Amino acid sequence: MLKSANMPNPLLPICISGLRLIRGDRAVLAGVNLTIDEPGITVLMGPNGAGKSLLLRSLHGLITPDQGRINLGSLTVADSRTEQAMVFQQPVLLRRTVLQNLAFAAPKTAKTDRQRLIQALESVNLLDRADQPARMLSGGEQQRLALVRALLGEPALLILDEATASLDPASVLLIESLVKTQNVQGTKIILVSHDQGQARRLADEIVFISNGQVAEQSPADRFFTEPRTPEAKAYLAGEIVV
Amino acid sequence: MDALSEAFRLIITLDEDLFEILWLSIRVSLSALTIAAVIGLPLGTYLAITRFPGRKFCILLLNVLMGMPPVVVGLMVYLLLSRAGPLGWMGLLYSPTAMIIAQAVLITPIIAALSNQVIESLHQEYSDTFYSMGVTGGRAVAAYLVDARYALTTCILAGFGRAIAEVGAVIIVGGNIDHLTRVMTTAIALETSKGNLTLALSLGAVLLALSLLVNALVIGVREYAQKRQYA
Amino acid sequence: MKYLITCVALAFSAHALADTIIVQSTTSTQNSGLYDYLLPMLKEDTGVRVNVVAVGTGQAIKNAMRCDGDLLLVHSQPAEEAFVADGYGAYRRDLMYNDYVIIGPEADPANLAGASNVTEAMQQIKQSGAKFASRGDDSGTHKKERSLWQAAAIDSDAGSGQWYLETGSGMGATLNTGVSLSAYVLTDRATWIKFANKQDAIILFEGNPALFNQYGVTPVNADKCPNVNREAAEIVTQWLASDIGQSAIGAYQVDGEPLFFPNAN
Repeated sequence: MLKSANMPNPLLPICISGLRLIRGDRAVLAGVNLTIDEPGITVLMGPNGAGKSLLLRSLHGLITPDQGRINLGSLTVADSRTEQAMVFQQPVLLRRTVLQNLAFAAPKTAKTDRQRLIQALESVNLLDRADQPARMLSGGEQQRLALVRALLGEPALLILDEATASLDPASVLLIESLVKTQNVQGTKIILVSHDQGQARRLADEIVFISNGQVAEQSPADRFFTEPRTPEAKAYLAGEIVV
Repeated sequence: MDALSEAFRLIITLDEDLFEILWLSIRVSLSALTIAAVIGLPLGTYLAITRFPGRKFCILLLNVLMGMPPVVVGLMVYLLLSRAGPLGWMGLLYSPTAMIIAQAVLITPIIAALSNQVIESLHQEYSDTFYSMGVTGGRAVAAYLVDARYALTTCILAGFGRAIAEVGAVIIVGGNIDHLTRVMTTAIALETSKGNLTLALSLGAVLLALSLLVNALVIGVREYAQKRQYA
Repeated sequence: MKYLITCVALAFSAHALADTIIVQSTTSTQNSGLYDYLLPMLKEDTGVRVNVVAVGTGQAIKNAMRCDGDLLLVHSQPAEEAFVADGYGAYRRDLMYNDYVIIGPEADPANLAGASNVTEAMQQIKQSGAKFASRGDDSGTHKKERSLWQAAAIDSDAGSGQWYLETGSGMGATLNTGVSLSAYVLTDRATWIKFANKQDAIILFEGNPALFNQYGVTPVNADKCPNVNREAAEIVTQWLASDIGQSAIGAYQVDGEPLFFPNAN
């Protein structure tokens, strides 16, 4: 649990070495070597099928890679699980009310702390929906709920896998601002996005993935002004769409 | 037509024997259902969300048991509870308890297998999120049971329908004893064998009315769930 | 859960009652309505509650051999005597009798009305090509029927599924089948009189000494089955054979006809 922004993040640096994942006869992750010690927001970019999501899922422990190591600070993926949270492209909400969804995710000690849940709902403009069935919400509202649910445990690392793809603009901006605030409070953020505007608004650091490998890792401002690899150049120019 | 008006007459005159038999039917089947749900629901859920060697075989076994004929179940429970059988000392044969046991054995696999399918599809949707949230073990089982509650209600009512309509098992272990173990289906069998076809058919109509009630309940539950995106 | 406990409690208490016995008996006595008439009187006089399990005589004897009953009330004297001889029954007493009849379609294609004895009747059924519905369940009636075929030197099994139809069911169910198929059926008279789905079937052959149908009562041997309620079974046996019980049996009538004739020894 993070108590303050001044404390060092226990999950940094994130060290990934020689990560390989075989699907069929194809290496979808072909030896990923990556070190992230940037406490800000890291955005993974790259063409579809490059392996971004698989990398995040490996980091979160949803996939066990065939080879390679992942360390988060001094912890393994398994040991760091309670310190991590993830928001998926398709939010999965329980078949219960909005408030019950949140209460389900709340750590046991906070479970009775209704006030805290109310505040969380307020932060994503969902307070007036508290007693509605969660799955009746719009796509944007559902994702906002999924985000505050993920943040309830005060994770040291928050992973977002294309969490704002195809949402309404208001929800996108609300989610972005919440993510930024959370980062300022000390949570490490790693997200995948295809939205270059979003990457420019959020990223402190860009990791560009191509063909199952890290092609480039740069501070955000430099990546957008002078990408070093031909793949990144082509991607930014819109030449590689898939 | 005679049967329908006879059924109607039996119901509106609150025929004492009819209600005694009907009440025993409901009591026996509800008790069996309670046992079957307490065992079958967690079992079906557990088999849906965990992975261990032999799991596929367990599911296969459930599906086979689901199709077991009631007479076979009745015979097995009879041999078990008979005075000469391993549980004979309990003196349960020819009692409502024996009928409850037989029906519970009959419908537990049904409830487990049906709930397994329901939870399996929910698990595909939830598994990543539950992993991410660190929801495992008993907490996951409970969460799945709560979230699949409407679909599971349908499974449970299917089990109830099967229990209350079966005759093969209860007639063997209950003995169709008047005022003790006579239920709707065994009464229908008896009246048929007496050649009282109209009375038998009217009892069947009463049973059908009960089934209609249960199915209307299922549809109502499903409608409500769909309206709230809980299905 | 509350239901469950209630049910369990009820079930145990029903068995815990010292004055309750289980009688393994036959479908013919149950379907005739005799028990509905007799048991309330018996309860009144003796205080013993009798629970009747009605199956075929063969199955009733097998159930009793597994100690799942306190008293046997069936109608196949040789099988009952074997039951006693093998130690399963304490003793056997004659209780009552009636007779078997052969029923069939009113048109009577086998001309049973013209048969002079039961052997002739059986042969005529076979020769006419008419159907015959058999219990096929090792019951007392079935045993009797098989002995009749044997006496007539007819191998009924050879025609099984063609003219000889074994239902494997109780008396009433077999009558339902037989009546629907315009078949001949051997039945005890009591079940037939009480049977409500006769359609166009009538009694076509009766009154032959070979069709005598003796019912007996046999308490299950407590040496073999320690769980039996020996005292209550004894009380019930005594009552059935007593003047009161015997005259009650004789007084039972359906449509003005007596169904059973007491002859306790």
